[in-house]
Amino acid sequence: MLRTFAKGGVHPPENKLSADKPIEVLPLPAKVSIPISQHIGAPATILVAKGDRVRVGQLIAQSSGFVSANIHSSVSGVVDSIEPLLDSSGYKRPAVTIVVDGDEWEPAIDRSPVLKREISTDAEGIIKKITDAGIVGLGGATFPSHVKLSVPAGKKVEVLIINGVECEPYLTSDHRLMLEKGHEIMVGIQLLMRVLGVDKAMVGIENNKPDAIKHLTDISPEYKGITVHALKVKYPQGGEKQLIKALINREVPSGGLPIDIGAVVHNVGTAYAVYEAVQKNKPLFERVVTVTGKNLAKPSNFMVRIGTPVAELIAAAGGLPEDSAKVVNGGPMMGKAVSDINVPVTKGTSGIIVFPAAESKRKAESVCIRCAKCVTACPMGLEPYLLIRMSQRMMFDRMEGERVLDCMECGSCSFECPANLPLLDYIRLGKAEVNKIIRARKN
Amino acid sequence: MDSKLVVSPSPHVHSGESTSRLMFNVVLALMPAFAVSLYYFGLGALIVTLLSVLSCVFFEYLIQKFLLKVTPTISDGSAIVTGLLLAFNVPSNLPWYIVVVGSLFAIGVAKMSFGGLGSNPFNPALAARVFMLISFPVQMTSWPLPIESRLKYVDAITGPTPLAIVKEGLKKGDTVTQIADQIPTHMQLFMGVMGGSLGEIAAFALLIGFVWLLYKKVITWHIPISIIATIFVFTGILWLINPEGNADPIFHLLTGGVMIGAIFMATDYVTSPMHPKGMVIFGIGIGLLTVIIRVWGAYPEGVSFAILIMNAFVPLLNRYVKPKRFGEEVKRNG
Amino acid sequence: MSSILITAILVLSILGVLLAVVLYLVAQKFKVIEDPRIDLVEAVLPGANCGGCGYPGCRGFAEAFVKADDITTMFCPVGGNDTMANAAQVIGKTAEAKDPLVAVVRCSGSPEHRKRVLEYDGAASCKLATALYSGDTGCHYGCLGLGDCVAVCKFDAIYIDPITLLPVVDEEKCTACGACVKACPKFIIELRKKGPKGKRIYVSCINKDKGGPARKACQVACIGCGKCAKVCPHDAITVENNLAYIDYNKCKLCRKCVEECPTGAIMEINFPPRKQKVEGQTESAETV
Repeated sequence: MLRTFAKGGVHPPENKLSADKPIEVLPLPAKVSIPISQHIGAPATILVAKGDRVRVGQLIAQSSGFVSANIHSSVSGVVDSIEPLLDSSGYKRPAVTIVVDGDEWEPAIDRSPVLKREISTDAEGIIKKITDAGIVGLGGATFPSHVKLSVPAGKKVEVLIINGVECEPYLTSDHRLMLEKGHEIMVGIQLLMRVLGVDKAMVGIENNKPDAIKHLTDISPEYKGITVHALKVKYPQGGEKQLIKALINREVPSGGLPIDIGAVVHNVGTAYAVYEAVQKNKPLFERVVTVTGKNLAKPSNFMVRIGTPVAELIAAAGGLPEDSAKVVNGGPMMGKAVSDINVPVTKGTSGIIVFPAAESKRKAESVCIRCAKCVTACPMGLEPYLLIRMSQRMMFDRMEGERVLDCMECGSCSFECPANLPLLDYIRLGKAEVNKIIRARKN
Repeated sequence: MDSKLVVSPSPHVHSGESTSRLMFNVVLALMPAFAVSLYYFGLGALIVTLLSVLSCVFFEYLIQKFLLKVTPTISDGSAIVTGLLLAFNVPSNLPWYIVVVGSLFAIGVAKMSFGGLGSNPFNPALAARVFMLISFPVQMTSWPLPIESRLKYVDAITGPTPLAIVKEGLKKGDTVTQIADQIPTHMQLFMGVMGGSLGEIAAFALLIGFVWLLYKKVITWHIPISIIATIFVFTGILWLINPEGNADPIFHLLTGGVMIGAIFMATDYVTSPMHPKGMVIFGIGIGLLTVIIRVWGAYPEGVSFAILIMNAFVPLLNRYVKPKRFGEEVKRNG
Repeated sequence: MSSILITAILVLSILGVLLAVVLYLVAQKFKVIEDPRIDLVEAVLPGANCGGCGYPGCRGFAEAFVKADDITTMFCPVGGNDTMANAAQVIGKTAEAKDPLVAVVRCSGSPEHRKRVLEYDGAASCKLATALYSGDTGCHYGCLGLGDCVAVCKFDAIYIDPITLLPVVDEEKCTACGACVKACPKFIIELRKKGPKGKRIYVSCINKDKGGPARKACQVACIGCGKCAKVCPHDAITVENNLAYIDYNKCKLCRKCVEECPTGAIMEINFPPRKQKVEGQTESAETV
């Protein structure tokens, strides 16, 4: 019996169409637009001006606070404009547009493909390099990694958990990365272990990626303290709290953080980025993006420079099919539908999914028949049917008591609802209102 | 691509489950029991079932279209399920007008007057059954004998149910051993060779339906298993204390609608609790009440009343029995 | 038989008397002493409990009103000046008269003027849609038309026009309680002076984009050209972030700006129809 988390969860069709497609390097685009807010926290402060020449890996916007991250140029060329542009948030936000001209890298970056195993940097040096490289959580949450690695006083980390679950249907970027860059990831994990001062790291991978599990298990004896664990396929196992529950059977307290129970979770993609930053001096300016969809001619995994328009990725995957009607940035369960296919790829873009028209729109709503499928599906033990009623009737004060803030918006309830009710929509609304109430109370 | 891009909040995929598909699966799960009842009761079972289903759907359509003036939702299949369950809970020789009146009560009073599907506090089929039981006590308790009256409808040959035999016998002061030769064997009971409502008799057919519902994830095990376990344990204790004064637990499980009640009636979505903890309490309550009514009450059979009484407690269970939240335990201990 | 009847009547009567005494004693013991003027003020208030005054319901307002030393900042928008005068009289003060206000929707982007480029498919809530994107048209500022303002209006004074897909305020019913202003996540609705005989002029746009993109997204957008500000004899118009704004306290309702606006973004309401005089003028005057 494979391990998994205990409560709730669903099993959507996996549709991992691009699982056997090796990572291809996407040709350089003509122009990139790099938003200065690609992470959770304060937007970075722009350092360049229109007309400046920049090189690949050059810092173009500096972190503007503790919870913020550096932004580097992903191409070499001339800064064309600095103005608000539509990005995947659905809003116009400041971005640096660079017209590509050649491919000239910062000389400090080690571009050789040789694996560099020996770790010569101490913990502080590693954190500094991670901060400088602008690394954020690459699983999609884009929380600045150096913040997560700074253990608050009085807290002790016992185990580092590496998230190789990729529980979202369709996405295969982490899967390919584990297969193709296994050693690099392992070194990255060791770097993270050194920072946190732990001697134990657990890599959790869902059982629908047997080749990745086998590869990492095979090489893991070479890296001390790292174990690989196969997990039963169940969404949302990639959620931090669910993964911790599945691997070490501890529950993060409501409103708490993993560190409260001695765990820190990082994504495999982040571990790879940490390897590159520390061992190769390479800042985070490119990432693996899965471009997929049932009607797409060539579902693929691309190594993409940050700022590349999504349209170019879709073109490289065979072009946007006639009957497509929705393009999602991220996974189908938690990803965001984009308002324009020219939005740029950012650090948090794990995948681009194109949906055919027939699957783009929701089916008609009917009445709640109280089947309790949403309650059974909720991994946080909430009662979505109750929350949607309260939210629709604006009973926000009561929603707080029903723990609406525990909701992580995984979408399992909406996925299961036979009446097609927009459960998560209204729960989101309720969360926002409850947060407003709490803020008002504090003031 | 000329059409506009669709922008919608996540999730962007759906399980494909729908109300009508769930209802369709319930109908499928009821089919083995229907087949058995056709085998035992023949013509009567066919007439009563068809009449009940058709009139339930018809009344739902009429009420929605002309009284409430909304788009009729008969295609969701809930009226078909109500009709089937209603038919399964009455004797196969029930006169047609009682079936129609019962259907009208089920749909009109027990379901629509509360706001239709999703809002009714009591199981419509059971509410109607109890209404009919009280209004037409004679017709509702004359049970055709299986097989013998296959080709007859209202003129079927009738006899008492095993539960009634036992209840009468014990009342007269007989012991279980003395009554034993009047009631069918456990195997016969399991196969449904007894007098009773047309769909409740064959435990094996209902269990096939149960397996189907579990396999299709239409229901969870909590309610049926907790009802069956409670009845088994409670009657088992009584039987161990006084084997001559009480029927054995297997007998109790196989007779008088325990199976159909536990599997199909108590698990009705609308009128059962929303989470496992509540479901188990609900099931135990039904089990206890059933045995109490059977052993100490006036009626030989108690499942319908037990379910209806527990239906009334569902809002309370939903309100005060909360599922265990993730991370809750830790907070309390830490 | 009769003895049972008498016993029953007796027992019940005695029980009734005893319980009444208990109730009376408890009520005396837990009596809350309140300023009687609170009730009086509350009686004067409209009783809509809309929260437009900033207090939780009319009772809350009455309590604060009685306690307050200075009542100049307190105002019941629903009741208006008359109600305030009465309420002030109860506590022996006088209330300053204020100009009546009305909710104004500052967006004219009907589908005819503003092309839909995206299709929204989610719960009908502007707040929710705002979390998702900036809107289903090229304009990132305009009305989403999902009706959050309609949902919060306690006076049935606002509805979504089925043709323009924009909210319309029924000025007869609008009490200027401000609920819609707070509910609109796009900050499109503003409380403005109702004006003499309801006559008022305002810029019906909040698009802060430069002229080109603004016009491209919506034909009736304010492009920030500043012509209105130049022509205004009363200095009532300011242009900031490519958007004109008319100060309703300075505006003298001369309507020069309306004629001048090249896109028809300035609205005049409740004016008599004017004579056609200048040729080639865009038909901007929309008279309601």
